[in-house]
Amino acid sequence: MGVETVQYLDDTGQPLRDLPLSHSELLQGYRALRRARHFDERALVLQRQGRLGVYPPFRGQEAAQVGVALCLRPDYDWLLPSYRESAAALTFGMPISKLILSWRADPAGWGAPPNVNMVQFYIPIATQIPQAAGVAHAQRLLGKEAVAAVFIGDGGTSEGDFHEGLNFAAVFNAPLLVVVQNNGWAISVPTRKQMKVQRIAERAHGYGIPGVTVDGNDLVAVWSVAREAVNRARAGGGPTLIEALTYRVAPHTSSDDPSRYRTEEETERWLKRDPILRMKNCLLHLGLWSEDQEAALSEALEAEFLAAVEEADQAPEPKPWEIVEQVYQEMQPDQQAAWKYLRGEA
Amino acid sequence: MIAERGTRVLNNVQAINEALDLALGRDERVVLFGEDVGTMGGVFRASDGLAQKYGEKRVFDTPLAESGIVGFGIGLAMAGLRPVAEIQFAGFLYPALDQILSHLGRMRHRTRGRFTVPMVIRAPYGGGVKTPEQHADSPEAILAHVPGVKVVIPSSPERAKGLLLAAIEDPDPVFFLEAIKLYRGVKAEVPEGYYTLPLGQARVVREGNAASLLCYGGMVEVCLKAAEVAAREGVELEVVDLETLIPLDTPTIVASVQKTGRAVVVYEAMRTGGFGAEIAARIAEEALDYLQAPILRVAGWDAPYPPFSAVEHFYRPDARRVLEAVRQVLVH
Ligand SMILES: Cc1ncc(C[n+]2csc(CCOP(=O)(O)OP(=O)(O)O)c2C)c(N)n1
Repeated sequence: MGVETVQYLDDTGQPLRDLPLSHSELLQGYRALRRARHFDERALVLQRQGRLGVYPPFRGQEAAQVGVALCLRPDYDWLLPSYRESAAALTFGMPISKLILSWRADPAGWGAPPNVNMVQFYIPIATQIPQAAGVAHAQRLLGKEAVAAVFIGDGGTSEGDFHEGLNFAAVFNAPLLVVVQNNGWAISVPTRKQMKVQRIAERAHGYGIPGVTVDGNDLVAVWSVAREAVNRARAGGGPTLIEALTYRVAPHTSSDDPSRYRTEEETERWLKRDPILRMKNCLLHLGLWSEDQEAALSEALEAEFLAAVEEADQAPEPKPWEIVEQVYQEMQPDQQAAWKYLRGEA
Repeated sequence: MIAERGTRVLNNVQAINEALDLALGRDERVVLFGEDVGTMGGVFRASDGLAQKYGEKRVFDTPLAESGIVGFGIGLAMAGLRPVAEIQFAGFLYPALDQILSHLGRMRHRTRGRFTVPMVIRAPYGGGVKTPEQHADSPEAILAHVPGVKVVIPSSPERAKGLLLAAIEDPDPVFFLEAIKLYRGVKAEVPEGYYTLPLGQARVVREGNAASLLCYGGMVEVCLKAAEVAAREGVELEVVDLETLIPLDTPTIVASVQKTGRAVVVYEAMRTGGFGAEIAARIAEEALDYLQAPILRVAGWDAPYPPFSAVEHFYRPDARRVLEAVRQVLVH
């Protein structure tokens, strides 16, 4: 890691300097990381059992997402995630059962609860960035101090909407966090084939806003950088571009085979920098954690997950006529006709 | 209700400006933005004076970026505002097609109603005034093919005002296409004060029994002219202004064709895959037994709208071409 990368923990999890988080925050953060990891592992199992659709895992990127989501209030702030941000969604307050349904491609999961301002995971790359700028600007027009956070991958920063969204956010001084998870790959295309710049955060200068590169596998670093950006945004200081250096140790999606484009050694190297291992070692070093607590946490997480699966399984089968529902607030003649047909009434 | 109000003679731009003014005055959530819409009041002056009256928080200039404008508006709308965005010319909507197709029309559906986009996108469209390249496009068929949006194209000041106010009140995204040719080309009595006209209703603007001319926006004027000429020869043409393409008022179209037995669809976009094909298909589906002649289309040619002012009028349908088609359907 270069000098310009914000880091609080070394690769093994030893604090490099005073940590800007309280002990209870460190514990809260670790639990959130473990909860995210547990979801990811179990989601992949469900996928292999045919009980989930295509699933994009985030293993290795937990800290980059959890650290940001921990700074946000779900009923006040906004989250606009793309497909790989289940960890952010979970930490932001999305119920696990909803996430399961969402990745099951069940309409019952496609819509956050009223107290969670999360927009359904975005699939087209970068389209959510200008929207996030709009959501953020609206908070100011509505007289709120709420902020919006939006995630994108390194590949996504090549899209025009990344530029347009950042430029809008900058010009309108919108309270927005744009978090780039630079995980080195866009499916099979490495970052160096994506862009000529070394540091995506440097692009912030081109928009006239602060940009910061952070060790994305260091929860303490991500959390503190995001907190600073959120505080600045709430106070009217405008948007921040955060580049989290991280790595997707898992395949791009449950249908991808990364051995076609990258080496195992590379993945091994990053596995040693695992964000959860580092955080755990940090807690152990500070005397805040024990293997007993670890075991109890695992048990609690599994129980929570199983209950959520049960809840998701109880959701009624989607009905064919739901296809034409929610197209307009009131069904228009063409949807009405299709609706009747799909119900067998026409 | 409208009839009881006082009226003044306004052109289309003035009527639209009045509608925007009334919407801003009535609902705090309404915000107006786009390229040059603020200080300058828009290149056609549709938002003239509104930034000065309502302040730059309500009426503002944006960076020159159509995808950004539409995406930004989607965000504003999801967060509870009522954005009205201007795209300077409909031919410049294309950079925003990703936002339009991926999210504007789909957000309600893809969040199962959790987030909605009550947004209006206004754009001048169409030819007839010798504009430079790309300024005269009629992309209504592209927009009508987007699930989840509405497409409204008014043809007179009175309709433009009431329809725009209805579009701003509408809970779903609405494209509001304004024929450039009509901005200052028509003047009419416009009722005072706030009123809305329902979206999704076609109207018969001239009754007749010889054939139905089905048209919208800038082509209504052309069809009315053709109908006047035909009337001098004793041929009474019915002119139906579709006004809202999505949702389409199929019953009114079908009723007219059932009455006249003949249909000519008139639109200025390229003929192939144009919205006229949709109208022809609906007539074929629902009124085939009443037809006494093939359904004809009078449209732009299958070529880009010509930026060459000397030949532009050969592209854009005029009364002469409409009458040629009428003659053809009357032969049957
Ligand atoms: C507009 C668009 N183009 C292409 C795709 C197909 N696609 C899905 S993910 C992906 C790579 C994205 O890479 P990156 O932005 O680095 O995010 P990561 O998957 O690494 O998290 C591509 C090309 C898409 N979803 N949207």
